Amino acid sequence: MRIPCPHCGTRDLREFTYQGAALAQPEGDWSPDWDSYLHLRDNPAGETRDRWYHNPCGTWVVVTRDTVSHAVTGGIAAREAGA
Amino acid sequence: MVDLIALTPCAGLLPLTVGNLALAEVDAGPIHLIAPFRGGQAATDAALSKALGLEMPGPQATTRKGAARMLSVGPGQALLLGAAPPALDQAAVTDQSDGWAVVSVTGPDAREVLMRLVPVDLHPGAFAVGATARTMVGHMTASVTRTDEEAFEIIVFRSMARTLVHELSEAATGVAARG
Repeated sequence: MRIPCPHCGTRDLREFTYQGAALAQPEGDWSPDWDSYLHLRDNPAGETRDRWYHNPCGTWVVVTRDTVSHAVTGGIAAREAGA
Repeated sequence: MVDLIALTPCAGLLPLTVGNLALAEVDAGPIHLIAPFRGGQAATDAALSKALGLEMPGPQATTRKGAARMLSVGPGQALLLGAAPPALDQAAVTDQSDGWAVVSVTGPDAREVLMRLVPVDLHPGAFAVGATARTMVGHMTASVTRTDEEAFEIIVFRSMARTLVHELSEAATGVAARG
């Protein structure tokens, strides 16, 4: 698997660490949304978005990929993705 | 009075010749990390340009002027080697001179050897002279720079010097054995 780092270009999987689903943090104090945010995960057959950390350059990347075809369709810096 | 002796990171390990590959330690001089604050890129480039005649390199690139050179090491960060930085009030500057081990890998098989360790395309078409990449050498995070057609420079944390020399000499021995 090769992942596009917005700073370094497409790089090998071994340079990255998986950092979980790319979810937007809920606003405000405790609510059931926080419970979902912390504990409930979808397990989609198809497109999914998750965060990967590019160890050598230190960029957090939000990667869009397909769990069925294994195609990696996008990678943008997390600070620009807002997630 | 204790007489302290300064040792370089690869003292006692290099130079080394394996097959047609030469591994040597590079005395890079002072090494500083320069990271402009948000909005401070132009002021930092101007100050560097005035004092040293070079600007911060873009992604995957290096800049050079005389003995001073800069390597891109991450978004908005570059290492300045071989010269002390001027006063920069729009950037974070860290003296890391003692923190890095710098090793040159030279010889006709240099690319062949690094191909065993580095998960980046090092073909001259994709990685020309002057190109640099923050990547891995084996399991170590490293900066790999092409300094010439058959010469690369690898920069790792000083504590990794022995591992780097071991990895490189193992790979070079394997390549040399293939004849």
